[in-house]
Amino acid sequence: MRQIAIYGKGGIGKSTTTQNTVAGLAALGKKVMIVGCDPKADSTRLILHAKAQATVMDLVRERGTVEDLELSDVMKVGFGGVKCVESGGPEPGVGCAGRGVITAINFLEEAGAYTPDLDFVFYDVLGDVVCGGFAMPIRENKAEEIYIVVSGEMMAMYAANNIARGILKYATSGKVRLGGLICNSRNTDREADLIEALAKKLGTQMIHFVPRDNQVQRAELRRMTVIEYSGEHKQADEYRALAEKIAANKNLVIPKPLQMEELEELLMEFGIMPDEDETKVGVAEGCPV
Amino acid sequence: MSSTVKKVEGITKESTQQMIDRALEAYPEKGRQKRAPHLAPNDASACSACVKSNRKTVPGVMSARGCAFAGAKGVVWGPIRDMVHVSHGPVGCGWYSWGTRRNLVSGKNGVTNFAMQFTSDFQEKDIVYGGDKKLAVLLKEARELFPLAKGISVLSECPVGLIGDDINAVAKKATTDLDLPVIPCNCEGFRGVSQSLGHHISNDTIRDYLIETREFAEPATPYDIALIGDYNIGGDVWSAKALLEEIGLNVKATWTGDGEMERIAATHRVKLNLIHCYRSMNYMCKVMEEKYGIPFVEFNFFGPTKIKESLRKIAERFDDRIQSNVEKVIAKYDPLMQQVIDTYRPRLEGKKVMLYVGGLRPRHTVSAYEDLGMVVVGSGYEFAHHDDYERTSPEMPDATVIYDDASEHELEQFVDELKPDLIGSGIKEKYVFQKMGLPFRQMHSWDYSGPYHGYQGFPIFARDVDMAVNSPTWKLVKSPF
Repeated sequence: MRQIAIYGKGGIGKSTTTQNTVAGLAALGKKVMIVGCDPKADSTRLILHAKAQATVMDLVRERGTVEDLELSDVMKVGFGGVKCVESGGPEPGVGCAGRGVITAINFLEEAGAYTPDLDFVFYDVLGDVVCGGFAMPIRENKAEEIYIVVSGEMMAMYAANNIARGILKYATSGKVRLGGLICNSRNTDREADLIEALAKKLGTQMIHFVPRDNQVQRAELRRMTVIEYSGEHKQADEYRALAEKIAANKNLVIPKPLQMEELEELLMEFGIMPDEDETKVGVAEGCPV
Repeated sequence: MSSTVKKVEGITKESTQQMIDRALEAYPEKGRQKRAPHLAPNDASACSACVKSNRKTVPGVMSARGCAFAGAKGVVWGPIRDMVHVSHGPVGCGWYSWGTRRNLVSGKNGVTNFAMQFTSDFQEKDIVYGGDKKLAVLLKEARELFPLAKGISVLSECPVGLIGDDINAVAKKATTDLDLPVIPCNCEGFRGVSQSLGHHISNDTIRDYLIETREFAEPATPYDIALIGDYNIGGDVWSAKALLEEIGLNVKATWTGDGEMERIAATHRVKLNLIHCYRSMNYMCKVMEEKYGIPFVEFNFFGPTKIKESLRKIAERFDDRIQSNVEKVIAKYDPLMQQVIDTYRPRLEGKKVMLYVGGLRPRHTVSAYEDLGMVVVGSGYEFAHHDDYERTSPEMPDATVIYDDASEHELEQFVDELKPDLIGSGIKEKYVFQKMGLPFRQMHSWDYSGPYHGYQGFPIFARDVDMAVNSPTWKLVKSPF
């Protein structure tokens, strides 16, 4: 069983990419489980054709304690036999979503969700590793392989570099490794080259460049993955290609996160960020320098 | 208070410092450096603190300290008898702080006192989804089940602060909805270095939510006072209050032993505050002095010498009537106290005592032992500050050892060298020393006895000390140590 965690900046398309890739793996005959680790609970809707799956934490709240739950209550099976679980959690601004992830994953372990027949477990984790709870999927005996979803936009790359730092911390205490960057294209300038360069600096690879295509949105409106909605479409080929590359990937590394200056140099090199002129820092538009 | 410097035969600054150095030898370099400033020989003439205090405990040593929640629930809020006190968080903090301090209450349970265990009993779901909705339900239920409660305090345990639950907003809304004072106290245990911050936080909540919100029903008199910093351990408040009433004062409120919320809330109307435990309540005394011009007097009701001294000091603040009452009261009790001393002093003369307790006892009880002919050869506090040690210096004999936030190892070492005849400390220390074959009294809870305050308390104190020191049991114990 390979356990894989998907991280990346909020809104970058982690859940969409994960589910489409998982659908690709399922199409290859692989047995997969998705564990959604985000209180928004939108990591399984394309596989289940559901608006929102009943989450582990929702049922814990309803019934009182974790001990009152059965695995069958929270695990649903969707497209291609993919098993789906959502950890769930509070609305923004209250409680502790991180603890929700810990509680849910502990429950899945104790309830025997990690069956030996599974080829892959995917953790789809919320935007950033804000606290210990969201690092739960990469602690010991969990995901040993991480893919970061990124685009050619500056903030997405900053986030990817920050996540690499988190991986570095856990890589030294456990076995977690970086498997590569998945570029989910936003059609920015020289995007593939830039992400290739970033991957190289991090000591990893850009495992696949997923071009932007509105077919993804059309499929999402039906709450489906592209592979299920239109298996013949060229975008479905892209996700199948990504699935195959992940299945075959042996390139697992301890990342070398960049210093802020290095990252900015890279962005300048590709013209994303203009050359830094210290005399202009903090000067508003239209003001004399 | 004492003007003469006391000495103990065989104890010099050098001998005490050498003993301290020997105790410190066991530590690694870093720990030794941290602990050294917290241990020192007393300089009785300097009236200054000889040790460093109110710092983080050195990790790895056995500390007797509590936490901010303990200071808030166990000390300041918990003893107010006519309120519901909610331990907000997982069940353990509330359970283990329930009545263990022996702060006795009068009245009828569920009617005029609510000495029950109220907790929101956090589960995983409350951590993940937040506990504020559960708290709102709890407050409503408490109001319905106990309509005679005068108010509710909400005391935060650690997780509440970690997940950022807004108990202040819940309390504010409940205060309106339930038409009842609901007082939020952000006393999460991880805050500060000891229970001391919990006292301070609780004083601040009394200042922000309670004081000045009620008025006394009875008309004011020039003799209106409040008894502050007496928590009615084993009935101490009842003894102290009776004595203050006997000298003609009106005890309008007791903070907070056997306390009543509405009387505490109206304390801004008294003429004088009398403070016993300075550490836990000096904050509100200072607030009342600054804001309402109410002066405060520190006093000591342990043992006849200090009682007499304190009564006269209190009387100075009042007219001839009180002053003559005080002399009459002293004349009445002096022979009774002399009987007690005549009974026990011959049995206790020259016996040595070591103390390690909390807020006021390491200095306040020194004279009571001396009344019985005993000598205190070492004293220290769990969570005191600089100003407590300043007040301790003149009370203790010169050159005796003073220890702040002492570890189990240090206490054992000092006991081993000083060979006291009695140790007065807490439950965590009790069995260590009893196994060493040494008489021990639990001086936080009066060891299931009390009261020890006032003229009522001294005979009980003397009896208990004699019972411990002269128990034949200790002759039968063959300690391997």
